[in-house]
Parts: sequence; structure tokens; C-alpha cells
Amino acid sequence: MQRNPQLNAAGELQHLLSIEGLPPAILTQILDTAESFVGVTEREVKKVPLLRGKSVFNLFFEPSTRTRTTFEIAAKRLSADVINLNIAVSSQTKGESLLDTVANLSAMQADIFVVRHNSSGAPFLIARHVKPHEHVVNAGDGRHAHPTQGLLDLYTIRHYKKDFSRLTVAIVGDVLHSRVARSLIHGLTTLGAPEVRVIGPQTLLPIGVEALGVKVFHDMREGLRDCDVVVMLRLQSERMKGALLPSAQEYFKHYGLTLDKLSLARPDAIVMHPGPMNRGVEIDSSVADGPHSVILPQVTFGIAVRMAVMSIVAGN
Amino acid sequence: MKLPDAENLCQQLVAELRPRLGPKSAMIGLYTGGAWLAERLHGLLALPTPLGLMDIAFYRDDYHEQGLHHDPKRTKIPFDVNGRELLLVDDVLYTGRTVRAAMNELFDWGRPASITLVVLADRGGRQLPICAQYCGAKVDVPEGMRLRLKRAADGKLALALEPKSAA
Repeated sequence: MQRNPQLNAAGELQHLLSIEGLPPAILTQILDTAESFVGVTEREVKKVPLLRGKSVFNLFFEPSTRTRTTFEIAAKRLSADVINLNIAVSSQTKGESLLDTVANLSAMQADIFVVRHNSSGAPFLIARHVKPHEHVVNAGDGRHAHPTQGLLDLYTIRHYKKDFSRLTVAIVGDVLHSRVARSLIHGLTTLGAPEVRVIGPQTLLPIGVEALGVKVFHDMREGLRDCDVVVMLRLQSERMKGALLPSAQEYFKHYGLTLDKLSLARPDAIVMHPGPMNRGVEIDSSVADGPHSVILPQVTFGIAVRMAVMSIVAGN
Repeated sequence: MKLPDAENLCQQLVAELRPRLGPKSAMIGLYTGGAWLAERLHGLLALPTPLGLMDIAFYRDDYHEQGLHHDPKRTKIPFDVNGRELLLVDDVLYTGRTVRAAMNELFDWGRPASITLVVLADRGGRQLPICAQYCGAKVDVPEGMRLRLKRAADGKLALALEPKSAA
């Protein structure tokens, strides 16, 4: 049997590439460790010495502000040295191959590569070629996976709802193009959430999405009924051009989260969004800024989750 | 081999500590055994400042060999460390590395006026220049064994020897 490329021979996390295929014990270990790091971020000195002397290379082949910044903060709070490379404007445009770029950075004594790439699978390719002491963390690859976002979503859900065993979670919007949705679905099913729903127009749901263990709804009101957690996805404006949707206004009417639609979910439901939000497209301001919203705590938890992931992989 | 009675040692430590407490005194226990002991001592001494609990997983000096400990507890220090006379409590003092890690973490919380080390048992084997000001008993531990504090369901504390390989 082929070994999971994320795990070492002892079954410990060596790279974080995808939530899919990780055993529940490892997901729980990451969430528990993150909880301790949340404590660190509330102190006067928000740093621990774990990665002192280590170098974290942020390799972003695709633009990102929030994810790159939170990885940078997380690495700095672990006392690592952080080097940010915006590859879109560097050697790749001069024709250097992905593996050559990584080999050069490895020669500069890298310990962790945080990789975002527009091609699905790029972090897997890098993980296959790095040295044994080097670790790869996927910060989003194409439409495939965004495991640290999925983990911070799981952390947020656990923080507010305590456990997964009785939850109904709805993921709403552009599931087709969303690596966030895919990672979260795998995480929720691995940790035993009994009902995961996806809600969206047929054109924005992947064909055969039911195979991931989710229930499909095209009517948002029906799908939101009695949900504990509502995860809104960003509608990427570029999708409008592809004739997948008539207009932003039309989308908001059917799939935008308003207080009126949210009232169908459970009274204590939480609303999440991976950001950046399009107010008035997928979410109304009254919901985004309302009492059910946990969108900003998600960002804070994201730092602790990334600290947990980097300190676990770097120690294995 | 007969081990000293942990409950008696607690009483002995309480008697020794009581006259030394002042208005700036506060207590911090180290997970897991030290936290149990600290909970007991804190209650018996009726310290007005709430108890702090510390997990030194993020400060261990063997991280690069051993990796991150699974399931670290969250350090909780519910008072301002600055200017405090701290009683740092652990169950068993051995190499001194845990205490060093704990002091490193403490100084990331603030600058205490003093730190006093309180342990239930000292088994020797120090690798760092650290000693306990308050020690319940010195215990000889046979090669390949470790000394641990256990807490029964009724809260009773007891010292136990077990093979080193056991987690």
C-alpha cells in the first residue's frame, strides 16, 4: 500500500497537503495544539521559542494577503525567520521551473515551505522532492485544497459548538471553485459531523458532490433549515463572466445570506466566511456584522491553527 | 521499595510554606503532576490569588529531537506575574530541564519579584544548576524507572515507580 505522502514512517504529520486522508487523531491533535497557542496569543509576549533558528519560506505563486500574512505572523510567533517570496514577479516569470525554484531555496537552508499555487497538486510535487528535514504546508492549491483554512474552520466550529457529533453544517455558494469547501467537507466528515449540506445553484456545485458525503440543496431556505453552522463562500466575480450566473443581484436574491434567511437556521447558529467577503453578493452586512457572525474570530484562530501546524510538522 | 506517602509530604510542605507567604505570593503548578500538587497546596494554604497552571510543551529543549508533545494543555495564569513572589510547583524534580523551561515561559508572562521552587520529591540526576527550596523528600529511583505522581478518583495523591518506557 502506498504511504500517505503527508505522514512519515511513524504515521506522524510530515507535511500538511490536504485534510483528505488524514486520520481523525491527527486533526484532533492539531486542533488541541492550536487551543494552547490561542493562549499564547493572549499574553504580553506573543512568542514561543519552538522554531528559533528555523527558516520559513512563504512561496506564493498566486496573490494572497490574508493567508500569507497569517502564516507570516504564525511563523514569527514561533520565533522562525520568515522569508516572503512573491513568485508571480520573480524567477518563474524568467522561466525557472517550480522544482528548480524550490531546490534553490532549499540550498538557502529552508525548513518549512508554505506554498500557494494555482495548480492543484503543486505542493504534493514539492513535498516529493524536498529533503527529509524540510516540510511543506499547503496554503491553497488550485481548486483542490486549502487545509489550514479547513482546519481553522473546524477549530472555530469546535470552539463555539464544542463537538461535531450532532451538528448540521451548511456550506453555501460556489462549491465548484472552492478549495475551502472541499477541505472543510473532508474535515467535517472525518471528525464525525452527521450532516453536511451544500447549497448552491447547479452550475456552482461539482458534479457528483454527493460522493463526498454531503446533502445537496438548490433552495437556500430549505437547506438552511435547522442548521447549527452556516459557512458562506466567496463568489468569485470572475465566475460571472463564464455564464455560470446571471448577475450579482440575482445571485444575492437566491443565495445571499440575509437575516430573513438566517432565521430558518437554529437560533444559536454561527455564520462563517473564509474572506474576503463580498457584501451584498453572498452575504448581507446585517448578517456579516451581526451577533451570529464569527468571521473575525476565524481570522484570529487561523493564526493559532497555523502555529500548531508548523510546530507539529517541524518537530516530526 | 517503600515510597514516602504523598499525602503526608503535602502536609509537611504546607507547614513549611505557610509562614513564608506574603501579600504578593502566588502559585503556579506544572502539568500534570505538579498541577495536581499545586491544586492541593493552593487549597490547603487558602491563597487568595487564583492558581496558575502551566504546560511547558512550547518551551521544551528536546523539541528538535522529540517533536511537539501531543495534546499540550493551555497555560493559564489568571493574575499579573509582574512583581509577584511565585511558588513554582512540580511533582518530581529530576534533570531540572522542566524547571528551566518553566522559568523561560514565566518570563514571557512578565517579570516576577522572585521564583521559589516547590517539589514533592527530588530524585537527583540534575543536569542543570537548579535546586528546590522546598522539597518533600529525597527519593532514590532505580535505573530504568521513573517516579510519578498519581491521582486517584477520590483525589488522593500517591507516588509510584514505573518503567521508563511507559508514557
